[in-house]
Amino acid sequence: MADHASLADRAYSPGAVPGARAGLFSDHDPRVRLAVALVGCVAAVALQSLGALASALAIALLALAASRPDLRRLRGRLLSLEGFMIMVLVTLPFTVPATAPDGILLQVGPFTASGDGLRRAFVILLKANIVVLLLAALIGGLEATQFGRALAGLGLPGRLVTLLLMTVRYMEVLQRDYARLRRSMRVRGFRARADRHSLRSVGYLIGMLLVRSFDRSERILDAMRCRGFNGTFRHDPLDAAGGRDAVLALAAAIAVVACVAVEVAVR
Amino acid sequence: MSGEPLIGLSGVRVARDHGRIVLDGIDLAVRPGERVGLVGPNGAGKSTLLHVIVGLLPVAAGQVAAFGRPCRTEREFAAVRRRVGLLFQDSDDQLFCPTVAEDIAFGPLNLGVGRAEAAAVVTRTLARVGLAGFEHRITYRLSGGEKRLVALATVLAMDPAVLLLDEPTTGLDQEAEERMLALLLSLDQAMVVVSHEPRVIDRLATRVVHLDRDGLKAA
Repeated sequence: MADHASLADRAYSPGAVPGARAGLFSDHDPRVRLAVALVGCVAAVALQSLGALASALAIALLALAASRPDLRRLRGRLLSLEGFMIMVLVTLPFTVPATAPDGILLQVGPFTASGDGLRRAFVILLKANIVVLLLAALIGGLEATQFGRALAGLGLPGRLVTLLLMTVRYMEVLQRDYARLRRSMRVRGFRARADRHSLRSVGYLIGMLLVRSFDRSERILDAMRCRGFNGTFRHDPLDAAGGRDAVLALAAAIAVVACVAVEVAVR
Repeated sequence: MSGEPLIGLSGVRVARDHGRIVLDGIDLAVRPGERVGLVGPNGAGKSTLLHVIVGLLPVAAGQVAAFGRPCRTEREFAAVRRRVGLLFQDSDDQLFCPTVAEDIAFGPLNLGVGRAEAAAVVTRTLARVGLAGFEHRITYRLSGGEKRLVALATVLAMDPAVLLLDEPTTGLDQEAEERMLALLLSLDQAMVVVSHEPRVIDRLATRVVHLDRDGLKAA
């Protein structure tokens, strides 16, 4: 449960709050940050050679250092990623067959670990880390609303943006509703077991949560209509991207070209 | 009290789910400067009555008039909502933006106010409710009392002529309640206040009406 609360917390970064730490990208246009992050991630995923991926990782680390991230939050994000990556590192060598007869690294009973599998695991490890680091550097410090406006600015339909912002706002409320219902079950002696009674009770809990959420959404819409809402959010357009944004876009383009060049050279 | 009524209900009947009649034959006039206390048992339809005034629920019979004009269509009620502010029972229903400033600016932006002017409204309104400097606070992390005050601020930011307050002090501790009451007493808008707490009605209301199954009567 604490995990969910902190998830909602993480959606709010101190980006726009006065007095919060400012990194290199804090003053850049959020649309440009988002676009650069997207292009960077797509490029990183397309790379195949270890050399090019290592260069991309170095660039991502530089960008991250420049963004002066909140280290505690970053550690949490990275830990959850690396836990998953360990699974990949352990299982892939055994599931990818060796292409050459001398490609077998290790034999444990009927299982064989291949060099190809290990290489593929490393490629995945590098790609995943580059993507997470780039996102942390470029949009990790973006406040939820800014992120929403950036998405809208890049052409995402307004409804999806509204949905995202509403989710961020009401995750906590839903969480509290759930906790309250769950507590009221516990004080009456409920313990989840693998029996029909437990399944039915949890079903009621989820059903009740849905019904309540639906009612709440109606009340929220009423409240919004009372304040003149007519279906679309009124946002002032973001300021036009400036010179520093052009510099960021150019730097990103150079970085992508450099990585692709390494990729081609190594091939 | 004198002057033309700001809000006038006559012979209002409201049916809710599956035709159950929750209000019938309701007459009510709210005049400038009045603070009407609306009391009555649970389920008598007090919240429903407030929702009918701003057109969130349709009337099955009778008439709702605001500012001297009868209102029937959604369009007419949309105009009413700009001048009649409704404070909801649960502030979590009312505060839906991530930050306090965005929530307060939401109404003025819908009215077509520019972003700079909206920011000024936010600062001014927060100062008015005694929460200066709360602009960047996260709405869901406010205390219950602060949430209620911010919810009131979102309503006041529309500069309404009439306030409809649905249990404005329920669930607040004594200090927060006192703060809310003092604030409401300092406002010059006409009000309809729903409350179950006699001391709140005593402090606020200039007259009291009682709603139960037999209808609305002066108390």
